[in-house]
Amino acid sequence: MMNELITLIIILLKIVLIAIPLILFIAYLTYFERKIIGYMQSRIGPNRVGIYGLAQPFADILKLISKEIIIPSTSNRYLFIIAPLLALAPSLVAWSVIPFSQGKVLANINAGLLFIFAISSLSVYGILIAGWASNSKYALLGAMRSAAQTISYEIAMGFAFVGVLMASGSMNLQDIVLKQQGGVFHWFFLPLFPLFFVYWICAVAETNRAPFDVAEGESEIVAGFHVEYSGMGFALFFLAEYANMILVSTIIALFFLGGWLSPFENIPYIGVLFSWVPGFFWLFAKTSIFLFLLIWMRATFPRYRYDQIMRLGWKILIPITIVWIIVLGLAVQLKLPPWFS
Amino acid sequence: MLSKLKFLFKTILLTELFQGLRLTGKYFFSAKTTLQFPEETTPTSPRFRGLLALRRYPNGEERCIACKLCEAVCPALAITIEAKPRESDGARRTTLYEIDLFKCIYCGFCEESCPVDSIVLTREKHYHFTERGQQIMTKEKLLAIGDKYESEIAADKTEDAPYR
Ligand code: SF4
Ligand code: SF4
Repeated sequence: MMNELITLIIILLKIVLIAIPLILFIAYLTYFERKIIGYMQSRIGPNRVGIYGLAQPFADILKLISKEIIIPSTSNRYLFIIAPLLALAPSLVAWSVIPFSQGKVLANINAGLLFIFAISSLSVYGILIAGWASNSKYALLGAMRSAAQTISYEIAMGFAFVGVLMASGSMNLQDIVLKQQGGVFHWFFLPLFPLFFVYWICAVAETNRAPFDVAEGESEIVAGFHVEYSGMGFALFFLAEYANMILVSTIIALFFLGGWLSPFENIPYIGVLFSWVPGFFWLFAKTSIFLFLLIWMRATFPRYRYDQIMRLGWKILIPITIVWIIVLGLAVQLKLPPWFS
Repeated sequence: MLSKLKFLFKTILLTELFQGLRLTGKYFFSAKTTLQFPEETTPTSPRFRGLLALRRYPNGEERCIACKLCEAVCPALAITIEAKPRESDGARRTTLYEIDLFKCIYCGFCEESCPVDSIVLTREKHYHFTERGQQIMTKEKLLAIGDKYESEIAADKTEDAPYR
């Protein structure tokens, strides 16, 4: 009994240890997004609260907390309140299987890849329920678009995961990373390049980010699924979106860029020089690159038209993945060096 | 045929997307044009047409001679003038001089038409009204604004004089 209690407390502590830095990271991601997009538009972004505007996220949080939560009278109250939680929870739950470094993982389960795939698909329910419960035409349209988009891109994403599974021969995220040991050229993004690319596009679409943000579509459906939300309800959706961004960036770093492995591995001298850097730092750096790319893309690309999104998903991405899975199968069978030997 | 092939390559290699990314990437490092507003303001020219003001001569006498040219030229009918000989010396002066700033379109015609450079448009652009009725600029208010900005107005006038 006592032992179980202690394990429980340790697990809870670990959860806090993951969740608090994660939420801080999310807060600062919003800050950096505003800064980076500002810089790309020849502006300087927020710089008033604190030095360089570094306290801006906290000012935003305070503002959102102190705002009134408005529940539309014709909405489904119960679902309306539960929807933001349903959107946020999956993107936090998925972190339980993410290994931050060798052995540093909350739940080292063998079906980690499947777990992530399942959990990341769940977050669309939050959006769907929010759109339905709001009882507003814009919210409903936004939710419908989001659902259709997520379902279409999930297929290509699933195939990309299959490629990773074939290449590594394991569903355990730690094993997948360890399979990529041996320097930059052993990372999966080379043999799996088309899948890497497809996964990235799907990840952007899954997180409803520009250029795939038709679910929000400010110009035609106001703000999409969260148009009726105010105060903390809106903040939770916001949080969920950014948590998802970080999640997909981490997943792509784990699956295709060798996770916490140093890029200088097996290079004489330089490899030794960098061997003291903790694995967590490399994972963080790789994740940050993809987060920057996400924001960069948002600052650059115009929104896709809805039918173009569907065409890209079904007619281009899915065929590419299927073809590459066949190629990959041959490569694995023939033990193509240096990756599969 | 060749153009089709070219198009295909462009589509597959996503050249246009990368061009776009390069452009925004370039602007990421470019000089920023933001002005830190309360500390810095955008530069204005001597001809800037902002808040209206009535000027005085250096001896304190108001310039306006109630010729009503400005009232006549104002395209927005924003100016209302009533005039009477002044009791002390019988000089022709205005008893009422009002400009409705909600009607005013800041065209500057009144300044052009004024024979004695009395009504002018200053460089001041930061002002606001909190209550209805405050937008009616009376003679006192306009003269006060003129007193406040006199040095600036005079400098602008001399700078612009060669072109008039
Ligand atoms: S600036 Fe133009 S609109 Fe305004 S008072 Fe003078 S003449 Fe009338
Ligand atoms: S402000 Fe100038 S134009 Fe208008 S009435 Fe007076 S002197 Fe005449």
